[in-house]
Amino acid sequence: MIEEGKKRVWSEYQKEIPDDHYFYVRSCIRQSFFPGSEQFFLMFMNDVLGKDFYENPSHTTCTGIGYHADVVPFQTIQTVIARHFALMKEAGYKNIAISCVTSFGIYAEIIETWKHFPEELEKIREYLYKATGREFDVPETMAHTSDIIYKFRNEIAAKAKNLLINKKTGEQLKVVEHIGCHYAKIFPKYGIGGAEFPRVLSGMIEAWGGKVIDYPERRHCCGFGFRQYLVQANRGYSLSNTIKKFSSMQPYKPDLVITNCPGCTMFMDKWQYTMKEMEGTVYGENGESIPVLTYEELAGLVLGYNPWDLGLQYHMVQSEPLLRKMGIEYDPDDKYKTKDGRQMPIPQNLINV
Amino acid sequence: MYDMSYRVVVIGGGVAGMEAAAQLAGRGCKVTVFEKEAETGGHVKNWFHLFPDRKDSREVLKYLDNKINHSNITLLTGVPVERINTSNGLLSLFAGDGKEITADAVVIATGFDLFRSEKKEEYGYGIYENVISSADLEKMFRKGEIRKHDGSKPEKIGLVHCVGSRDEKVDNLYCSKLCCVTAVKQAMEIAEYIENAKVFCFYMDMRMGGAMYEELYREAQEEYGISFIRGKVSEVAPDINNKLIVKVEDTLTGRPLKMGIDLLVLMAGMEMSEGGKKIALSAGLDTGENRFFKPMDLHYASNKSNVDGVFYAGTCTMPMNITEAISHARAAAADVMDYLDSRTN
Repeated sequence: MIEEGKKRVWSEYQKEIPDDHYFYVRSCIRQSFFPGSEQFFLMFMNDVLGKDFYENPSHTTCTGIGYHADVVPFQTIQTVIARHFALMKEAGYKNIAISCVTSFGIYAEIIETWKHFPEELEKIREYLYKATGREFDVPETMAHTSDIIYKFRNEIAAKAKNLLINKKTGEQLKVVEHIGCHYAKIFPKYGIGGAEFPRVLSGMIEAWGGKVIDYPERRHCCGFGFRQYLVQANRGYSLSNTIKKFSSMQPYKPDLVITNCPGCTMFMDKWQYTMKEMEGTVYGENGESIPVLTYEELAGLVLGYNPWDLGLQYHMVQSEPLLRKMGIEYDPDDKYKTKDGRQMPIPQNLINV
Repeated sequence: MYDMSYRVVVIGGGVAGMEAAAQLAGRGCKVTVFEKEAETGGHVKNWFHLFPDRKDSREVLKYLDNKINHSNITLLTGVPVERINTSNGLLSLFAGDGKEITADAVVIATGFDLFRSEKKEEYGYGIYENVISSADLEKMFRKGEIRKHDGSKPEKIGLVHCVGSRDEKVDNLYCSKLCCVTAVKQAMEIAEYIENAKVFCFYMDMRMGGAMYEELYREAQEEYGISFIRGKVSEVAPDINNKLIVKVEDTLTGRPLKMGIDLLVLMAGMEMSEGGKKIALSAGLDTGENRFFKPMDLHYASNKSNVDGVFYAGTCTMPMNITEAISHARAAAADVMDYLDSRTN
């Protein structure tokens, strides 16, 4: 591997990521399945770094999953996004921070459409005004929230309590980075490092002491692929793609996977359970499955936050093997307790416990 | 005695430039050839054997070197032409060494640049050591050994056609015309160098339009056992043993294909040269959609430019093989002479 070659590619795909003052939009999947990620992001940005990330409770789904399932027409989704931009304008923001990669791809597609077809933009202005009386501006900058964590990766490294190092052996942890397809494959210029050798997650891993794994199916879909999963008859196809990815990364013995996409985290996490149930197959070492984390959860662990506050217990593949490697102390008894100490139901059939 | 010879400048000392200079010198013109590199010969000097007859490229260069060794030719190597000024009915050329020279006519023979294969990021050129370009392979041929980066002998070799050609993604819609036959020639040479090598060509269409090209293609299949797979490579990545995993859609079987390859050769296409672009801009010379110099007419004025006294020779106008470049250069010389004589008369 010629590192200089990668650096050359990265240098061609840099984007402006403002330092502060964002209108923050959540992800449907992430706030449901990995709620600690967004919570950590907002807390870290606003309370620790003292930035201004504003979210508006009137923000809705972008309808991206419906769009990719062919049940939401393009003009409808454009109008929904235009409404988000109207909320942003009303709140006085010009920068948008998007938590979801599907949404990020949608926003990029719509902004590019409006650039190339201004008449479409005028039409959507009219639709939104007629439907809601609202007006909007196109954001000046658009960042995925992984772009923002990437931007502050060195600040996180400077505050790190737990690096991506195996505390017992002293070896770097081997980390698979998986980038959501809609982050840069549609419009490489919107992604840090482009589509083929994205830098956004690998930059975090290296800054936090880990070793990035490049494996043959690195660019392959996680298995979600919308219709691969949404059409029930296709789910075997969804699963077979996930198997392809995990089989390809297995020889490198990864310690963890991080992704920047809600669907990818969900499918790479939950399909490991399915693969184990269906075939008895696990892809990690010592009969364990590979923990799949979001970049915020990983940033939280690096910064020394309690894994249960970060919501790691909501994953299907449990993270205890990773926590032990990183030397992170945790209390197993607190895992399913609320903040005020009440015991929550304990899920059955979790893996890696 | 006052020298009444025409003064012609040829920009570029590749095949077309050398041939045009020789033709003009032979007709009594005083010719100055500017070559930006230290040596003449253009891309051909970096090539080993030529298609379709596998002639050693040095034979062609020897022929051209002999021709430009002429008392009417002044050869300036290592000197690029930066710009041409066409105002006041004079042709003034400004060279990289700060010199200015005026001419009665100019032949532009700036040739082509090889497509920079690293622009097709999905193939990993410049990142994965065992992904090389067709030009890199020619160097290995000249050296006499084909080796992987670790020094071992490759057993499975893939050649990817149309790298930077017929590709909207890199803004090159045109066919570079010579990559198919180059791949066939290189595949056969690989098979000769490496016993029992398995060689695969991944192509979109086989465009074997030149004399003896189709025959070469047939020979590659029948005598050399080269496998031709119709499909564009979509991505390349190494596995844990540093074998390149190549993904391609086999469009004849309609199935995706994934195979491990030891050495992958990218058949880089041809692009308008950077030097040519600068000259075009300075002199107000028209360029086409393909960014090459645009001749006045593709049928009957392929050597003429839109600027009086400026002519084109060779691959600065479009991809051409050596035969075509030499013919084009001779035609350019004929057009230059017609132009100069018509001015005098």
